[in-house]
Amino acid sequence: MTAALQVEGLNRSFGALRVTRDVDLTLERGARCALIGPNGAGKTTLINLITGVLAPSAGRVLLDGNDVTNTSQAERARCGLARTFQINQLFRGLTVLENVAMAISERDGHANNLWRAVGSKSVILDEALDHLDSLRMVDDALKLVRELPYGRQRLVEIAIALAQRPRVLLLDEPAAGVPSSESHLILDVVASLDPDIAILIIEHDMDVVMRFAREITVLVQGAVLTQGTPAAIMADEQVRAVYLGQEGHRAGHKGSAHG
Amino acid sequence: MQPERAAARERAAQYLIRRHSYHWGEALPWLIAIACFFIFPDRMTFGSQVLIAVMFALSLDLILGYAGIVTLGHAAFFGIGAYTVGLGAAKFGWHEPISGLFAAAMASAFIGFVSGWFLLRYRGLTLLMLTLATAIMLQETGNLRSDLSGGYDGLPGLEFKPLFGVFDYDLYGHTNFLYVLVTLAVVFYVARRIVYSPFGQALTGIRENVRRMHAIGSPVHRRLVTVYTIAAGIAGIAGALFTQTNAYVTLTVFDFDNSAKVMIMLILGGTGRLYGAFIGAAVYMIMEDYFSKMSPTFWQFGIGLMLVLAVLFAHRGLLGVITDAARRFQRSRKP
Repeated sequence: MTAALQVEGLNRSFGALRVTRDVDLTLERGARCALIGPNGAGKTTLINLITGVLAPSAGRVLLDGNDVTNTSQAERARCGLARTFQINQLFRGLTVLENVAMAISERDGHANNLWRAVGSKSVILDEALDHLDSLRMVDDALKLVRELPYGRQRLVEIAIALAQRPRVLLLDEPAAGVPSSESHLILDVVASLDPDIAILIIEHDMDVVMRFAREITVLVQGAVLTQGTPAAIMADEQVRAVYLGQEGHRAGHKGSAHG
Repeated sequence: MQPERAAARERAAQYLIRRHSYHWGEALPWLIAIACFFIFPDRMTFGSQVLIAVMFALSLDLILGYAGIVTLGHAAFFGIGAYTVGLGAAKFGWHEPISGLFAAAMASAFIGFVSGWFLLRYRGLTLLMLTLATAIMLQETGNLRSDLSGGYDGLPGLEFKPLFGVFDYDLYGHTNFLYVLVTLAVVFYVARRIVYSPFGQALTGIRENVRRMHAIGSPVHRRLVTVYTIAAGIAGIAGALFTQTNAYVTLTVFDFDNSAKVMIMLILGGTGRLYGAFIGAAVYMIMEDYFSKMSPTFWQFGIGLMLVLAVLFAHRGLLGVITDAARRFQRSRKP
């Protein structure tokens, strides 16, 4: 079976600084993979390379076996690649419902329609409400995003990504900036996502990583240090030295990380 | 499913279903326009100018208010439209007004498409300068061929045939006022459909967060070029009506002044809500008319002061002030 997402020999430099070095990464269908590494390891850069925000200096990105290295970000999104952002990127002046409907109408090509009103398409409406329902957000549907508390806004990030019906989902610190009293709500949602979606999560909270991931990739200075099961990673001396040792065993600096 | 959840779902669905339905207040600007027709029969040429300014501002609202593209060269499309019918009547014997409007819309939409295709890859200050430069280049092209365009002396004494071959233009511009009003109504209907369509929603998305639009797979450039082309076409119709109303046209239609003025009108009225164009253009034009009679040398001071007050105290324009006041009034009436 071809992998949902395959990254081969990915490199990227900013001037003399090599922020991504020969990264190989494979997500099978339904994968649950965590990407960890100290601040500045290039985690978000890697997400930006995979999604097409940045072009790699060398290497390939394959979605379902198709080479998408030279395609735009939007084209990759239409091929089933979705992401959430470490810092909210939402339509703040629109309602939650409109935020989700936007993703659906772009996905299905309704957004090419200049004439029929948004509300006249009941398929869009129903599906948008279904997504909100699954996140228990129907009560917030008519609130403007900017009026929601930050934790709820983080859920809208996920709702939009889900509305894309992705096969591969990249979650960039989904609980970043949320007080720990509320973060479990978001992580519960993440844990209960469709098992068919291949998910790569960037997360600093090692408890979450251990619970969620079946595979862990450790990124240090732009290169893959090691890959393996959670148990193997925890036992790895190198990882302890470089990552856990440096950040402290809790490694829970939320919101301060810029990978 | 629990009844509360079903009710919440239904409420949310109804909001989106009703969002685009007409509100009684929307009849107001049209009623006022018709009332003016009867109250000020001797000011109909000025009335037509106001309606043309409304249409011009409306076209800018599509790209500035909805898609969030800031341009300082919108007069380019107004000018293309104005010169399409001007040249048609002066050099090619094309005196029929309604087909002239279509030709003007096509010509300016074409220029909008071509320039938009190149320019809309850029944003912010770069785009501002490029749109400005486009208008200047078009103006200078007209100047270069002043044998055709008439240069800054323009093309005077243009003649247009009666509407549908029946309704002739009278000295007081009564027919013309109604002609412009009906054209504006048609254009407005189209603009309103677009704004509430999924495409219009996508434009709002681009304005609100372009990074997210890329991430959800929106062909942002194509969306922007599409709306830019449509807005250019509408601005072209406004320009054509301008030429037909005045029966002359000069290269000043391409002036930076014209681009800046339409933006001031829109910001004054309120962006991204269609009716801001109506209020902004009407208030601006009436103030300009009033101040310039009061003080022919210092009238622009009044306009400037008005704009400063609007920008400082009414972020969402005059329309924002009015809707806020209406909401407060409604709330205070409730027991």
